[in-house]
Amino acid sequence: MGQITLEKVTKSFGDVEVIPPLDLTIEDGEFAVFVGPSGCGKSTLLRLIAGLEDTTSGKIVIDGNDATEVPPAKRGLAMVFQSYALYPHMSVRKNIAFPMKMAGIDQAEQDSRIQQAAAALNLTDYLDRKPGQLSGGQRQRVAIGRAIVREPAAFLFDEPLSNLDAALRVGMRMEIGELHNKLETTMIYVTHDQVEAMTMADKIVVLRAGHIEQVGSPLDLYRAPRNLFVAGFIGSPTMNLIEGAEAAKHEATTIGIRPEHIDVSAEPGVWSGRVGVAEHLGSDTFFHIHDTGLAETLTVRAPGEVSFRHGDTIHLNPRADQIHRFDAEGLRMS
Amino acid sequence: MATQHSRSAARMMMAPAVILLLGWMLVPLTMTLWFSFRKYLPLRGGDQGWVGFDNYVRFVSSSSFWPAVQTSLIIVGGVLVITVVFGILLALLLDQPMWGQGVVRILVIAPFFVMPTVSALVWKNIFMDPVNGLFAHLWKFFGATPVEWLSQASVQSIVMIVSWQWLPFATLILLTAVQSLDGEQLEASEMDGAKPLQRFFYIILPHLARAITIVVLIQTIFLLAIFAEIFVTTGGAFGTKTLSYLIFQRVLESQNIGLGSAGGIYAVILANIVAIFLMRIVGKNLDA
Repeated sequence: MGQITLEKVTKSFGDVEVIPPLDLTIEDGEFAVFVGPSGCGKSTLLRLIAGLEDTTSGKIVIDGNDATEVPPAKRGLAMVFQSYALYPHMSVRKNIAFPMKMAGIDQAEQDSRIQQAAAALNLTDYLDRKPGQLSGGQRQRVAIGRAIVREPAAFLFDEPLSNLDAALRVGMRMEIGELHNKLETTMIYVTHDQVEAMTMADKIVVLRAGHIEQVGSPLDLYRAPRNLFVAGFIGSPTMNLIEGAEAAKHEATTIGIRPEHIDVSAEPGVWSGRVGVAEHLGSDTFFHIHDTGLAETLTVRAPGEVSFRHGDTIHLNPRADQIHRFDAEGLRMS
Repeated sequence: MATQHSRSAARMMMAPAVILLLGWMLVPLTMTLWFSFRKYLPLRGGDQGWVGFDNYVRFVSSSSFWPAVQTSLIIVGGVLVITVVFGILLALLLDQPMWGQGVVRILVIAPFFVMPTVSALVWKNIFMDPVNGLFAHLWKFFGATPVEWLSQASVQSIVMIVSWQWLPFATLILLTAVQSLDGEQLEASEMDGAKPLQRFFYIILPHLARAITIVVLIQTIFLLAIFAEIFVTTGGAFGTKTLSYLIFQRVLESQNIGLGSAGGIYAVILANIVAIFLMRIVGKNLDA
């Protein structure tokens, strides 16, 4: 019901090509996340799918029908905006009812859908309030409610959590995930936050400068990043990238190893260095290691509380099977 | 720790401005009230003492009073409707990206900088003159008999002239309001299936409500007092005598300051009634 295919889609603003030819398929019921740094074209891509921007060339196919020239309202997609874009002069009830009113759905049906959506989103007590009287999280839910009642083929989310505080963001992340499990509708979600991408997605699309760098499940991207960009972007803290002699030992231009794949010890090991800043999170400790002769700093994760102090010498043992090798072009070598 | 001290210091420093403004308002108002209860005929005996409410009764019982009130309200209402409707349309138009936007915007604002006397004279002589006016030529071109604007359609003509002067003001305020509308709201409504007209009535117009309120309130205050446009065009003839013009005639043409002052007090009351009335209608938009 909600398969979306992009075929050779391009987008230029004047002379600037923001999206070079791009092919992508999002399967029905999939939770796809577009992730990338600011200005990588992920929002533009979403707006192209929504129909808010016209494609310069190429085809957008929704459910097997060419939707390239179809106006936004007719594409059967619902969008949740970064600013929520609630109508400030309408009550929550009227906000949610607006798309149904525009579609000419009869009043009884409207009411029952509003009740359903409100119950699902914990908004029943707020239906008669104006958006200005709601908290950020509640506004977010109203925006989602307005999208749900349209029963769209797919939901489009444009950085919906970026205006919320950290605690609320984690909560809303779960709620959107739950919603996806319940509705089983295709969702496309744009974010610059790789944690959101990793936790929510069925399929992550990593974008850079309009190019798709890699498409895959979160764990695929984590285990086998296709190039240096993806390797550096996915995972937190980021992967350690080492060039030079150490990389040559592995017959690669660059090798990468994630902080969680390096074991620390006080006994002599493969690498050694001097402890810089230590971040104690309780469950884990992250050490920034200097003077290893490999890279400016290495980040390593030690489980639990490990007693190394600033300036101590520390020995590191990378797990050989977790070393990622990249060639001169930055592409993964298997 | 600075609160008590700084608060009294603030009051001291604000005092001159407050006193000046209060005096500015209160002195003329008190003098008007004072004269309105006196028989004061400058050329026929001067100030002749208290007469109670005589001036008030005479002003209202004059056959010119109610027509003048009516004319005032028609002119104010007509100009408000025209400026708000066309102001919204112009604001939407000027908000569209186009070549030469800056210049066009300045041109649209320009009529506001023309003095009322000048613009009324320009309209009277260049456009509305029944022999040599542009409109007369236009009518003749199509074979019609030229309209004698200022005598046959006098109130409408004045509404037209005043609207032309005030349209830029309305456009300016409404344009800034249009520009402050969140683009994502329009996009959201577009995705929700609202057609252009529906977007206008459900999203843009409610957003403009506050600006429209401001335009209506400010214009009402100024429009109730229009004078120059009437003075230089019809001189109050052909049913264009407004309340303010009637007061002018009572004071200067009839040389009756007491009667004119009583009229002035009526005008203050009328302005307040209109203002309260308008604020009730549109005021709820202000706290939304």
